[in-house]
Amino acid sequence: MAEPSLRRPRTVVSGSGAFASERDRRRYTVLMTVLGVTAVAVAAAMLAWDNPLPYGTPGFWRIAELRATNLLVVAVVVICQASATVAFQSAATNRIITPSIMGFEALYVAISTAAVYVLGVAGVAALQGLPQFALTVAVMVGFALMLYGWLLTGRRGDMQVMLLVGIVLGGGLGSLSTFMQRLLTPSEFDVLTARLFGSVANADAAYLPLAIPLCLVGAAALWSRSRRLNLISLGREASTNLGLVHRREVMIILFLVSVLMATSTALVGPLTFLGFLVAMLSYQLAGTWDHRFVLPLACLLGFVVLGGAYVVLKHVFYAEGAVSIIIEVVGGSAFLYVILKKGAL
Amino acid sequence: MIELTQVRKDYTSEVRIGPVDLSIQAGGITALVGPNGAGKSTMLTIIGRLLGSDAGTTTIGGHDIATTPSRELAKVVSVLRQENHFVARLTVRQLVALGRFPHSRGRLTVADEGVIERSIEFFDLGELQGRYLDELSGGQRQRAYVAMVLCQDTDYVLLDEPLNNLDMRHSVLMMQHLRRAADELGRTIVVVLHDINFAARYADRICAMKDGAVVEHGSPEEILRDDVLTGVFETPVTCIDAPGGRVAVYF
Repeated sequence: MAEPSLRRPRTVVSGSGAFASERDRRRYTVLMTVLGVTAVAVAAAMLAWDNPLPYGTPGFWRIAELRATNLLVVAVVVICQASATVAFQSAATNRIITPSIMGFEALYVAISTAAVYVLGVAGVAALQGLPQFALTVAVMVGFALMLYGWLLTGRRGDMQVMLLVGIVLGGGLGSLSTFMQRLLTPSEFDVLTARLFGSVANADAAYLPLAIPLCLVGAAALWSRSRRLNLISLGREASTNLGLVHRREVMIILFLVSVLMATSTALVGPLTFLGFLVAMLSYQLAGTWDHRFVLPLACLLGFVVLGGAYVVLKHVFYAEGAVSIIIEVVGGSAFLYVILKKGAL
Repeated sequence: MIELTQVRKDYTSEVRIGPVDLSIQAGGITALVGPNGAGKSTMLTIIGRLLGSDAGTTTIGGHDIATTPSRELAKVVSVLRQENHFVARLTVRQLVALGRFPHSRGRLTVADEGVIERSIEFFDLGELQGRYLDELSGGQRQRAYVAMVLCQDTDYVLLDEPLNNLDMRHSVLMMQHLRRAADELGRTIVVVLHDINFAARYADRICAMKDGAVVEHGSPEEILRDDVLTGVFETPVTCIDAPGGRVAVYF
């Protein structure tokens, strides 16, 4: 009964919550509005730009429908990468890290390479299909859980050690892939390389019925844990003091992160810098540290960045496949800029 | 009341802390003193359940820390480590507000805002409350962290070397704040201190540790004796009467 009167009025910024001042909150609202409008524009451009048929005809809609697949793929990938990276950085209490470090991508490359190595060019075809997609995701999540479970439940459960082991395993898998690639025939190698470029065009619409729910459930689960994520980002001791069971909480977060990363990687291939770029920009722009606000911002920002890159590349440079290359160039430059300009993250 | 029964922590087969039997009564300030490596911080972090013990039981105000859920314990005991560095960029007020998490689960109520306001005033942080932590001096930041722990509103407060890196003036101010928190708010404060004279002046009880065991536990008058301190710190100490109480001289 007394509950509503106890609740702090939402319109008042006391400075104790997510935003330090009324100005910060207004800035966030404006930012989200601008990004929302831009995102709609990007989506519209993806669907309608260069559509050869006049607007409103049945043919126009048929082409738009085909392009909607790409739109969905971009949305899924961005939500996965952005949420996973923000959450992973908080779990690791490190803002210059990406979940790729855990070897997801190396594992994906190893799986793809092994398939081509064993089955030849047919291996690429053998990897396509919904069951294979599900299997790839499951293998990657299993790999991640093994690593986390083993390291975090051990006596010396230590995040740093776990990250290091992840890097070493990733490096080992990478070498194994390189070795197998050396033994491929040039034509097989060619087919494989095309597959290993992170590309929206790689994605198969048949995966979406599984990828969309995985992405939505994972991202929603992370968002619903925002308040816990806030504490986890303060580190083990501070979050334990405030009453969280740090190890359990980190395990749950890492599980969700691995589901999201596996979904994204199995859908379009490796995209090392996207999540990092988006997370970094979000923290720079958000004016708050609260995950309830940072996570949606990161997703929206990511959509604008990846969708925008896709539109520009496809319609301006006619180089649809190279989205990941652009993202990494832009991401790398943005990273260097921030480091050099602000000297901090 | 904090009760430790046969609490032990094994680092390696040679280095172990305990077994320690200790009971710290409720109310007032208890200072843990002793030479480096005596196990003061280990004991404090075990009581604050930041570090698991290898044997023994610890109870705080009747709650066994091994079996009580962490979120319940967070309303009974709060603990602050020596080193605090957060990647998140927080203002002083946001930091202090974090202390309300065990009560509000992150949804601040009007009552929470009141407690936050009082904690900020208690530590004279009013003018600094909108500043970000990375814009503060070491002494101001330390005060903000202690304010957060006090805002948690727990009966028991454990602080690991809160005077670390503070100059004379800020050390005195910090101890005066803690004294007031004990007297006016009725908190039980356990604090690891390096300076025996601060302990003598501000604590109600001093617990001296050495080589992983509690060797002395009593009032400042009982501990501030030449033979006791010389034994604990293994360095010649002379205690003299000075204005404001006994002080140990050991230079």
